[in-house]
Amino acid sequence: MSALRCENLVKVFGGVEALSGVTLSFPASGIVAIIGPNGAGKTTLLNVVTGFARPDAGSCWLGQSAITGLPPYAIARAGIARTFQDLRLVGALTALENILLAFPRQAGERLFNALTGLGIWRAERENLARASKIIEQVGLGGLGETAAGELSYGQQKLLTIGGCLATDARVLFFDEPVAGVHPEMISQIVDILDKLRDSGRLVIFIEHDIDTVRRVADWVVVMDHGRVVTVGPPTEILAQPEIMELYVV
Amino acid sequence: MDYIVHVAVLASIFATLAISLDLVIGRTGLLSVAHAAFYGLGAYSTALFSVRLGLPIYAGVLAGLLLAALVSLVVSLPSLRLRDDYFAIATFGFQLIIYNTFNNWTSLTNGALGVFGIPQPTVFGRVFSSRLDFLGVSLATVALAYWIVQRLSSGPHGRVLSAIRESELLALALGKNTLRFKLVVFAVSAALASVAGATYAVYTSYIDPSSFTVMESILVISMVIIGGPGSSRGVILGAVTLVVLPEILRTIGLPSAVSANLRQIIYGSLLVGMMMFRPRGLLGRYSFGR
Repeated sequence: MSALRCENLVKVFGGVEALSGVTLSFPASGIVAIIGPNGAGKTTLLNVVTGFARPDAGSCWLGQSAITGLPPYAIARAGIARTFQDLRLVGALTALENILLAFPRQAGERLFNALTGLGIWRAERENLARASKIIEQVGLGGLGETAAGELSYGQQKLLTIGGCLATDARVLFFDEPVAGVHPEMISQIVDILDKLRDSGRLVIFIEHDIDTVRRVADWVVVMDHGRVVTVGPPTEILAQPEIMELYVV
Repeated sequence: MDYIVHVAVLASIFATLAISLDLVIGRTGLLSVAHAAFYGLGAYSTALFSVRLGLPIYAGVLAGLLLAALVSLVVSLPSLRLRDDYFAIATFGFQLIIYNTFNNWTSLTNGALGVFGIPQPTVFGRVFSSRLDFLGVSLATVALAYWIVQRLSSGPHGRVLSAIRESELLALALGKNTLRFKLVVFAVSAALASVAGATYAVYTSYIDPSSFTVMESILVISMVIIGGPGSSRGVILGAVTLVVLPEILRTIGLPSAVSANLRQIIYGSLLVGMMMFRPRGLLGRYSFGR
């Protein structure tokens, strides 16, 4: 069954069609890479699916629920987490606190509980233990107490992935997870993505690094000029010279 | 001694204002120019409930608190749905409306002549009349504001405010309803400002619109920026500095007209200096405008 479905998505920016009738159906689990040249509409698709941009036409479905037009926070709560191309973290908070921030439905986020302290301390203790595990899981062990703003670029990328994991979302959308990252750390990120496949979640990532796509993706979507050009397994798609020449930058 | 206590009472009232405004500016990253309006709503509610309706002071304080929180929602709900810049503009407009209401609705507020004879509060049968009594009350409001702001700025709630300040998009992507957080924080801040206004009204026993102008709002913003956004201790220091500074100027024997103008120049110079050399303020955690 499809976890996420987009039907005829259209998005126009100042007369330019960033998405021109995109229809896509994602599997319930596995890893899907979206590739294509700059301006192909990859990030616009991500923004529309996650509610950060409203489509001019078309709809998105998460399971049986229509998510088109919902605010971003409601889509995140429904089960789609995302990262941003320009890394977004709370630099003043520690790595652990950034993970703690991402946990959903925390009692301490309500005014009454925040003022009275009711239901906070125990939940905080439990969340802290979970956050520490996630920090280890993304390879940031020993850096939990470091301010996120002081981490290296690659470590910050790992932290944003950790934040997505903490949301408990079943669909994880990563925007260029290995761009600008040291090759050693790319392997680390690829390992994390591999493990996510085993967790039964759907991971969708936008990427220009074809080696990473080849290593980790189960399925590849090629986009250009706001359209889906082709979809298929990486062995098939990345073997086509015209795709490699025309669409991969 | 009486004079020192008087200055300490004023510094405490402004410290309450600065701490509560820091919840909005320093902790959440929103610029509000309406703090004096909420301060005035608290002061006028307390004054009018007791002088016009003959109700106990506490009824006026409670009414002012609720009114400020409710009115804050009217201002923030439409503007915060848009961009944060609209919020700053909306609060500026609201500040002007409230000041003009105090000044021109003479049948209710007595206009520029103000409201006289605000009675002093009674606590367990004891009338609070001395300056030292009021110092106790005003320090208690500082403590209350400090405690509330600390609670809301730490733990899960505080982490969301930090995320809103640094990257609202991140907070949204993590499933946080940032609009709700901003509305709540603004309402709490407005309610605390109204309590400071009530304290001011009963302390001076006379209020008029000149205490609630946009310049007062800017003064409180200056206290936050100079003291250090995101630090309650910093903004208390900012409030004390800007309340005590004019008193020091007064002691050096300048004519009052000159010292009033000099005060504005010093505030302006301090702000420019802080922005250039210490954008985090005296004890702040974050640069203003981040």
